[in-house]
Amino acid sequence: MSRVRGVALLALALSFGILAACGGGTPATRGAEPGMRLLTEPQYRRIIADIFGEQITIGGTFDPLVRTNGLLTVGSSDAHITPAGLEQLDRMARSIAAQVTSEENRDFLIPCAPADALSPDPQCARLFFRDTGRLLYRRPLSKDELDAAVAVADAATTELGSFHEGLAAGLAGMLISPSFLFVIEEVEPDPDREGAVRLDAYAKAARLSFFLWGTSPDDELLRVAESGELHAPRMMKKQVDRLLDSPRLEQGLRLFFDDMLNFENIARLEKDAIIYPAFSTAVANDAREQTLRTMMDVVLRQDGDYRDVFTTRKTFLSGPLGRIYRVPVSRPDGGWMEYEFPEGDPRVGIATHISFTALHSHAGRSSPTLRGKAIREILLCQRVPDPPGTVDFSKFNDPQSPAHTARERLTVHSIEPACAGCHKLTDPVGLGMEHIDGAGQLRTSEEGYPIDATGELDGFDFKDVAGIGPALRENPAAPACLVNRLYSYATARTPVRNERKYLKHLEHRFEDDGFKVRALLREIALGEAMYAVRQPAARTAAVNGSPRGKS
Amino acid sequence: MSILLPRPVTRRSVLRGALGGATIGISLPFLDAFLNESGTALAGTGAPLPVRFGTWYWGLGHTPGHAIVPKTRTAEGIEFLTECLPLKRHEKHLNFFGGFNMPLDGRSNYTHFSGWVASRTGSAPSTNSEIPAPTLDLLVADHIARGSRFQTIDATACGIARENYSARSTNSRAAAEASPERLYSRVFGVEFADPNKTDFKPDTRMMVRRSVLSAVTDERKALLRRVGTADRQRLDEYFTSIRQLEGQLEAQLRKPEPNQSCAIPSAPRRDGAEQDMPQGLEVDTVVANHKVMSQMMAMAVACNQTKVFNMVFSDNFSHMRRPGQTYTHHLLTHEETPDKVLGYQPVAFWFNCRTMDAFATFIDAFANIREGAGSLLDNMLIFAATETNYARVHSVDGVPVFTAGNAGGRIKTGLHVVGNGDPITRVGLTAMQVMGVPIDTWGTRSLQTSKTITEILV
Repeated sequence: MSRVRGVALLALALSFGILAACGGGTPATRGAEPGMRLLTEPQYRRIIADIFGEQITIGGTFDPLVRTNGLLTVGSSDAHITPAGLEQLDRMARSIAAQVTSEENRDFLIPCAPADALSPDPQCARLFFRDTGRLLYRRPLSKDELDAAVAVADAATTELGSFHEGLAAGLAGMLISPSFLFVIEEVEPDPDREGAVRLDAYAKAARLSFFLWGTSPDDELLRVAESGELHAPRMMKKQVDRLLDSPRLEQGLRLFFDDMLNFENIARLEKDAIIYPAFSTAVANDAREQTLRTMMDVVLRQDGDYRDVFTTRKTFLSGPLGRIYRVPVSRPDGGWMEYEFPEGDPRVGIATHISFTALHSHAGRSSPTLRGKAIREILLCQRVPDPPGTVDFSKFNDPQSPAHTARERLTVHSIEPACAGCHKLTDPVGLGMEHIDGAGQLRTSEEGYPIDATGELDGFDFKDVAGIGPALRENPAAPACLVNRLYSYATARTPVRNERKYLKHLEHRFEDDGFKVRALLREIALGEAMYAVRQPAARTAAVNGSPRGKS
Repeated sequence: MSILLPRPVTRRSVLRGALGGATIGISLPFLDAFLNESGTALAGTGAPLPVRFGTWYWGLGHTPGHAIVPKTRTAEGIEFLTECLPLKRHEKHLNFFGGFNMPLDGRSNYTHFSGWVASRTGSAPSTNSEIPAPTLDLLVADHIARGSRFQTIDATACGIARENYSARSTNSRAAAEASPERLYSRVFGVEFADPNKTDFKPDTRMMVRRSVLSAVTDERKALLRRVGTADRQRLDEYFTSIRQLEGQLEAQLRKPEPNQSCAIPSAPRRDGAEQDMPQGLEVDTVVANHKVMSQMMAMAVACNQTKVFNMVFSDNFSHMRRPGQTYTHHLLTHEETPDKVLGYQPVAFWFNCRTMDAFATFIDAFANIREGAGSLLDNMLIFAATETNYARVHSVDGVPVFTAGNAGGRIKTGLHVVGNGDPITRVGLTAMQVMGVPIDTWGTRSLQTSKTITEILV
């Protein structure tokens, strides 16, 4: 084993806290305290589309989340709602409510018509809020909650002289309620472990649904939660398999990879129009879609080996992408076409896609350092230390040694001690990707000088960018990283110490299953670890009080 | 875009408006007709005109030796060098604070992060994302913003909503308005009540919204019972946000005070065309958007929409760039070879010059609005800071800070204040005290201070 690989494996062990390999059954975990996560923007949008339809438009800006353990979803577990953020959510809520109750939509979104469109109809309002509120709050509304929503709607109807405007007011209130915006997990006494607690069935349903579908539980999942059947392993298995077999699994998995790959940054990706005239907003948006389509094809449709996403030549292209990839895309409908880069083409795997190479570059040039950092942090879950605050940059500015290529410019990183530690982690990887420019286009020279695009990743040497995919595929940190991120995503938190053995167990299972993502999702979703919770010291009411939805 | 000239409003028209809306009471207006003879206070009560607070942020500091001539002791007069020459026209409204340090007590200098966090929160971060305490603008807003439509208005000209250097904590950071259109829509959109209109009628929908919020508030007790201590704090902040939204509605249900200074700007448009302003990090785009947003922000203050704001010109890594050039402002500060004759990095310096020119433009926006006997700027305290002294080496000692405005006559201006290595938190502490925040000590560890900069106090 090379020294570098040894260092990499040590880093992997440290970052995941790997303990001795476990034998026998599934290692037990104690979990962490139940959480209260804020809906992320993609989840919010997905829920609204699922409940009210894709025709509902949502404008506005969400408060930014802090990426934690590589995921915004994990950051959502500590996120607050600021006054400005609530103002935005309130505006969105009123807009959504107005659309739901509009003449175009009310016939199929509201289960009843008022006796008089100008007057309150508490019965019809109650029916609407009962059904819609259950989906929004991920549990049945309590009598108090239902009464309150109806009262708001009745009063607003009287004030505004319109039943539907009154209904919209009540719905807007639900859409800014903490019961909707936060996924508040509750616990109940665990009948199988005296003195211990477990997530209540609604919280379990929510964890499962957000994990696999990226959205709220549907009617059936809520129904088995309400009956308590979800606590039974057989029913849990049935529901997990139902969710895994649903077409909505793809939407959920897309949200996960979108989060893991930092694709929210694509929305504000810009390139210099003079240097990269072929790049556009359409290219950026389609680049995101291209990679997600490619990943879904490998891990869902083919049910293939996850590591193949790093080496597949098969992908999907649109017209705007064709201009960057220099591939003619002629689809009369302006849509997507399947495409396979030929043998010998350096486009191998998602790390060579525009969504990776352009995203981790500057506006007017590539960046081996940013790319190397992204490979390590995003795809391998390794931590690249922060740059030191005091660096002697005079060595970078030597006018006697003009640098033409990135390799020449970055050479000083490897000889300047303050830089070398981190740049040895990033630059050898990123320099191997220099045959792709800052917009994601192939090239062989920079400023007229040939590019030496040899690279190295944890002991795996490669001669040009075509080698980055195989280097990733063979790196044991890549599947381990996916395990870590998926489990974090499922629990919306960073794994805790008592879960280390379990994560190692998952890695082994993933490998035994041929690195099939669907099997890994099932393993996580059926495992007790994903739902394990500890009783928080200051939270006793739910255990001692009445179950929610029943008050 | 253009800012419409204020329409003349007379005492008679105000009274007619008040009588027209018989059930609507009006509170004291800022019309000259209602000010004392010197135009410095409200005639009815003698209360001074309100003092408002704002911050202005720019990334990547100054070019040492080419911005402000250093001094050895605090004195009147600021000697502006090339980079800061555009500010000379505002010298009498400015203070410059140099030589204040940022001791990190062994914590890492997280590049382009520790600097702004420490100067705005009084505490050095212990990670590259930690915001250990509320930023000073929010402490001021907690004290003075009650009754305003917006507690704060945050905007950024660089087009990135998350580049907002105002936060209550690491996980409580609002998005900034990232385009002129969004800023306009939020402040002067359909919910804006023109204070100089005489036919004000409370919007029934606002009343309905108030009852909706009231119903949400009723959930508080039950929800707090369901969560642990840490989450309880987050829910409390949510309900604080609800109360602020209720306050916003209350403000909109009252007839706004007639306000001669308030002129509703026209909606931003690209060169008068029916298109949105261009977006992006090209420096000319940032400068153009910043100019429009500065005028809107100043008018938002003049129109009593907020008493506190945060304006960002460039982000802390300043990704600004010139068309067709491969280096961004930030990359230039590290990789551009200094010119041997000039002694500095010429293109990075050019960006710094554009930045200080933008700061002068920002001050213009407040100075050009008449309020009372002077300008809106007279009743402002603007805290302008960056995250580094010299970006090339990421130094955080001697980070330059300006204040603009006389804070309603509470501070002297035109001073160059010398810090002699004192913690930079002295500037923030003094700013908050000037704004009336009851605070005598601010900051943690070596950044903690209770030393007001008395030299600037009147």
